[in-house]
Amino acid sequence: MSEGIGARVLRKEDKRFITGKGRYTDDIIEANQAYAAFVRSPHAHARIVSLDTSAALAMEGVETVLTGPELVADGIGNIICGWGITSKDGTPMNMGAWSALATEKVRYVGDAVAIVVADSKSQAQLAAEAVVVTYEELPVVVGSVEALAPNAPKIHDNAPGNVIFDWEIGDLAPTDAALASAAHVTEMEITNNRLAPNPMEPRSAIATFNEAEDHYTLYTTSQNPHVARLVLSAFYNVAPEHKLRVIAPDVGGGFGSKIYIYPEEIACLWASMKSGRSVKWTSDRTEAFLTDAQGRDHVTTAKIGFDNEGKIVGLKVNTKANLGAYMSLFSSAVPTYLYATLLSGQYDIANIYCDVQAVYTNTVPVDAYRGAGRPEACYVVERIMETAAREMGMDPAELRAKNFVRSFPHQTPVIMAYDSGDFDANLKQAQAAADVSGFAARKAEAASRGKLRGMGYSNYIEACGIAPSAAVGSLGAGVGLWESAEVRVNPVGTIEILTGSHSHGQGHETTFAQIVAERFDLPTENIQIVHGDTDKVQFGMGTYGSRSGAVGMSAIVKAMDKVEAKVKKIAAHVLEAGEDDIVIEGGAVKVAGTDKQMLWHEVGLAAYTAHNIPEGMEPGLKESAFYDPTNFTFPAGCYICEVEVDPETGVTEVVQFVASDDFGTIINPMIVEGQVHGGIAQGIGQAMLENVVYDAAGQQLSASYMDYAMPRADDLPNYSVHHASTTCPGNPLGMKGCGEAGAIGSPPAVINAITDAIGNNNLSMPATPSAVWAALQDVSQKLAAE
Amino acid sequence: MKITMTVNGKSVSRDVAGNTLLVDYIRDHLRLTGTHVGCDTSQCGACVVHLDGKAMKSCTMLAASAEGASVTTVEGLATSKDDLHPMQIAFKENHGLQCGFCTPGMIMTATDMVARYQAAGKTLTEDDIRHELEGNICRCTGYHNIVKSISDGASKMTSA
Repeated sequence: MSEGIGARVLRKEDKRFITGKGRYTDDIIEANQAYAAFVRSPHAHARIVSLDTSAALAMEGVETVLTGPELVADGIGNIICGWGITSKDGTPMNMGAWSALATEKVRYVGDAVAIVVADSKSQAQLAAEAVVVTYEELPVVVGSVEALAPNAPKIHDNAPGNVIFDWEIGDLAPTDAALASAAHVTEMEITNNRLAPNPMEPRSAIATFNEAEDHYTLYTTSQNPHVARLVLSAFYNVAPEHKLRVIAPDVGGGFGSKIYIYPEEIACLWASMKSGRSVKWTSDRTEAFLTDAQGRDHVTTAKIGFDNEGKIVGLKVNTKANLGAYMSLFSSAVPTYLYATLLSGQYDIANIYCDVQAVYTNTVPVDAYRGAGRPEACYVVERIMETAAREMGMDPAELRAKNFVRSFPHQTPVIMAYDSGDFDANLKQAQAAADVSGFAARKAEAASRGKLRGMGYSNYIEACGIAPSAAVGSLGAGVGLWESAEVRVNPVGTIEILTGSHSHGQGHETTFAQIVAERFDLPTENIQIVHGDTDKVQFGMGTYGSRSGAVGMSAIVKAMDKVEAKVKKIAAHVLEAGEDDIVIEGGAVKVAGTDKQMLWHEVGLAAYTAHNIPEGMEPGLKESAFYDPTNFTFPAGCYICEVEVDPETGVTEVVQFVASDDFGTIINPMIVEGQVHGGIAQGIGQAMLENVVYDAAGQQLSASYMDYAMPRADDLPNYSVHHASTTCPGNPLGMKGCGEAGAIGSPPAVINAITDAIGNNNLSMPATPSAVWAALQDVSQKLAAE
Repeated sequence: MKITMTVNGKSVSRDVAGNTLLVDYIRDHLRLTGTHVGCDTSQCGACVVHLDGKAMKSCTMLAASAEGASVTTVEGLATSKDDLHPMQIAFKENHGLQCGFCTPGMIMTATDMVARYQAAGKTLTEDDIRHELEGNICRCTGYHNIVKSISDGASKMTSA
């Protein structure tokens, strides 16, 4: 089947996007629609002394101006974090109150204090500027280390010392003992810079309250509309679930930042009820920098010990995680169960201990951004492995290979049980593609042009499709992490697949159709994927954590199993054959070895006319399934980056980037390669360009595309992408997930390459030309002193 | 004020506020929503249209400045539903898009780029394409397949 599993099928969704017929939230205009603008705090930390809306209310076109105290009085609940973490001492995490509109205090620049609703966008913006708020400024803290200092400003009353939790994993005493006995110990301070996710489509919402039906509709830029409805209903008391429809139409990228339920959606729903108008809000880009949950921001010290043969004996890590001013939806899981559980990397390490202090600061909330915890873990492990190899005078690839896990399943000391992989195969494939043996000659040639050439490895492992639900529940998750699917075969034989996954660039309309085409031997044009509307799909957990393949597609497979069984029963009945003799192929349902057959659509019609189906069988041909995986999946791979540095300027060019990934079964290589390209671009962006910067007063200095260095076409190379796959034993298709690997694996490869080129290991992300140049001066000073 | 221009070959006229941006005229008043807004500093290029045959960021000019002009948006690029522009076909065939949000601006920039190089008799190299894309940001693709698409689109436009 040319359109089945493994085929490079061109995307079904493309035509509407290349012709301008996509339908994103901001493209929609509802009847009687008004526009919202938010009054936001200009201070990073302040008490609200007074708030006067009278001038704004009197302005032309203004429908209403609503504030925090009114929101609280109407019973709208505080924004919650859905993953509970328990500290070392057994106490629960300290979650500070977060109201969609601030009531007494503001805690970061951009914190919303009022919503203005007016006839036009510009009227709403002008009126927002006319709302008079008097603030009493309070001392500000922006960094996690500073927030933990004894006299740091206190951000939430219930979080003494600004500590949200002080959590640990692994065994401390054996790890300390292993490190004490080690032949060689490498110790490093490692910072993981704060990033802004920056999907190109800014967040947007349109809320409509229908008074006659007591019913709400919300169009929103969401990666998981079903969870949004659940949370808006169960925790924020906006409306009961059956009175709230959430639709996430075409969504222009997410990268994690569109998982969460933000203050703006809550406020728009509430303001629609208060004003009787449809209320639309669309973020501008600066507002996105000020309000979209940001990513990373870890400050870590790590210590790794080796025996005299280069085998790892122990790893000890301490991380301070900056979670910003409030706890976003999954913020607590990122620096804990999505981070420290991956610290074993691809290596067999007997002793690991990690403790994490999560802290409040006067900055934008931090939550999952492409990779979410796993890039931070990979960066720690792969930077310290490279550094240790240099210190011990070993080849970095050899040191890694000496410590590879080679038998599966492999239980690490930090929860994860790796189910499959072949790390040697990825390493060898990447080395061949990168022509590692020719590197010395390339380096010499670069030197003849006055350039410093360096090469760096990263052997990443990550965990996708977080599951099973009971296990994540025991770790503190407030939700189950299964997925749902419904397969509807129409009377004419065409098929609709309803999925709880959501596509915002991943190409599900194509890949999901491919697995159906493969199973029933039908063309993908006869298959339609339906997602993103709570009135159509019953429930689902959405798309993040590279879960839509391993979990979302598995649910479709389970539902297809049921459809196939019923199809065979009907055909066996009509064709007077045994069910076991029925095969589905070539658009027909046949009795094997005979010329007896029904066309696929004839089976559909038979199911719906119900004139001649087995006695007792229900009419119709529609089946649903919920799939809960048995384990995480473990994508892994080897990335090799080569750079050239101009020593005069510090300008660094990535001249080669090779990836060898193990994603398990690949449905559509074209789409998987695209995911890897995009992930690597974001990883190179983190390593060389991107950085969210706050000044001491908590003002974000990087809040526009003039100030935040988004990777552009001429900053990036072409990528050499390869696959050496092992099958995942944990799900029916053998898939592992590919959405985040590029962003997880690439940053350490880049920094390992640059530090190799310049001969100075003391280099933080982003390695901008000025940072690289400064590191080079540091080297020359060292050499001069010697 | 009343603003009249030709959009995708049709004369249009709308009464709008004087401070209306061209992109808002196109999106909110003409309801051609293929042209997008991804930033507020003229950096991202999601709003690129052709104004009298040249690529222009429609978020950066007033609709009033386009009075009497001829504007082509992404909706006006294909000659019919089944007859897509070669650059549109190239983006699809080379997987040059993922979420699709930057795509209209990329395609409008790309067609302008190819037309300029062809008019000047210059060959469009990969380096040229990457340099010319300075004003268009994509967060999904890492540009690899966009560069491939434009290169392929240039060949298709030459042979078309």
